[in-house]
Amino acid sequence: MSDYKTISATQIADDVREGRGSAVDFTSKALKLAATEGRELNAFITLCEEKALRQAAAIDQMSPELRAKLPLAGVPIALKDNISYTDYPMTCGSHILDGYIPPFDATVVTRLIEAGAVIIGKTNMDEFAMGSSNENSYFGPVKNPVDRSRAPGGSSGGSAAVVAQGIVPLSLGSETGGSVRQPAAFCGLFGLKPTYGAVSRFGLTAFASSTDQISPFARSAEDLALLYRVVAGWDENDSTSVAYDHPDYASVLELDRKLKIGLPKEYFAEGIDADVAATIDRARQALESAGHTISDVSLPLTNKAIPTYYVIASAEASANLARFDGVRYGLRESNDRSLEAMYSDTRESGFGPEVKRRIMLGTYALSSGYYDAYYNKASQVRELMRQEFEQSFKSVDLLLSPTSPTPAFKLGEKIDDPLAMYLSDVYTAPASLAGVPAISIPYGESSDGLPIGVQCIAASFGESLLFQIANHLVPRA
Amino acid sequence: MPLSTDQVRHVARLARLHLSDDEVARFARELTVILDYIDELQQVPTEGGEPAEQFITARNVFREDIVKASLPKQAVLSLAPASDDNYFHVPRVLG
Repeated sequence: MSDYKTISATQIADDVREGRGSAVDFTSKALKLAATEGRELNAFITLCEEKALRQAAAIDQMSPELRAKLPLAGVPIALKDNISYTDYPMTCGSHILDGYIPPFDATVVTRLIEAGAVIIGKTNMDEFAMGSSNENSYFGPVKNPVDRSRAPGGSSGGSAAVVAQGIVPLSLGSETGGSVRQPAAFCGLFGLKPTYGAVSRFGLTAFASSTDQISPFARSAEDLALLYRVVAGWDENDSTSVAYDHPDYASVLELDRKLKIGLPKEYFAEGIDADVAATIDRARQALESAGHTISDVSLPLTNKAIPTYYVIASAEASANLARFDGVRYGLRESNDRSLEAMYSDTRESGFGPEVKRRIMLGTYALSSGYYDAYYNKASQVRELMRQEFEQSFKSVDLLLSPTSPTPAFKLGEKIDDPLAMYLSDVYTAPASLAGVPAISIPYGESSDGLPIGVQCIAASFGESLLFQIANHLVPRA
Repeated sequence: MPLSTDQVRHVARLARLHLSDDEVARFARELTVILDYIDELQQVPTEGGEPAEQFITARNVFREDIVKASLPKQAVLSLAPASDDNYFHVPRVLG
């Protein structure tokens, strides 16, 4: 059975719009792959077969004039299971949401459906998006399609695996500190972390509200740009979303000028894998020989990004996850005891170890006597980091770095060492804290055949430049 | 400085987590390692610096105060582990 490794989302939408292909056929194929290969990878938590086939049939029956207006006509897509979609359970990879079915659609879901995309399933993820390997899911780890003994990355591991396996051409994940870029690098995909505020988060389960962004995966820069254009934009239901005049990114993919690109020297410090360093060097040479100027830059606070991120993200998570208390939805334990016992027992049995660890860390950092030393300090360092980025974008158009210090690690390799796991976000957390957009571009392989990702970071709302550099480094076959 | 098991129990109570004794011991160990690492932040001079808060959308967001339909009451109440037509039910709080 052929899969979606060879046909792009752009091509599918063209075929469906022109009547050369049927949305039902494309959808049925994706559902079949999801039930077989998707199950082997443990990549889906829920398949949305009935609604998907109904949506697809409606697209096929539409008048050609209406169908011609759909940018994602008949394109099968998967959603990370922390994005609300009515009629199917949403688990967030957790036990505590047992039986929860969202009573409303996320804004990105509404936009996808209006664009003609067909949602075929909800993907596996680290519980509440906390993790870098997808091993923190209540539903078990996802396998990396490139090497099934390895982690697909996290927390959007399922959304990365389903695109890498060719089950769907596109998916949405979410980013807080690297949860789309790192799995994109581990699975050999393109992944974008948009500018903070570019995509509405209405219907996304909150983890760390000051960095959370819904973020797309694709197999080419063109497909990534197509999907991003559909989901980006202001939304009255998310007061952090920004009104911005987004161009038609997919139609302006040609890089028409020579760029100044900075290599932040702090991103090449200890701990970087030799194959990863060599890959960045290759990208650097390719860009130089294409006439772009590469210079060394310095972002001295880079090595403070992980401690800053883990204070801020855990503090915000401890507040955001207070809503899971057994009262309004999901699991409830100890109903026959006191109210406080019901809360504490529900949360004890509903949350997994990593979620508890972050709640504990965040609660401690916000508690009386420690707030200034941790949360306030981290917020001040964060502001200095934001200024460092702002300063560097006065002299360069883009920053070039690895996405992850290593290619995909083995399942089980880091799960017992929380700090080692946190350090795998070392190159992705800075852009998240600064709110600027960043892309991971698949650029070659390690000596044992594992994908390696190159990261480009731009100033706020520089997504167009990110798609262009991605398309320039890896042109569509 | 190592986190004591008493401190861990205090934080767990604040977070409404009923941790087992094993978890208390494990978190005391793990959080000590993580907090030691986080203490690197103290090396950054930030005297008098502004904290980063809402830096990108640092503006007020106003809208007209117009009544709009919300989710149907039944759709929301029916998701709860215990409810009736009008209320969420929780264990008794008073006497």
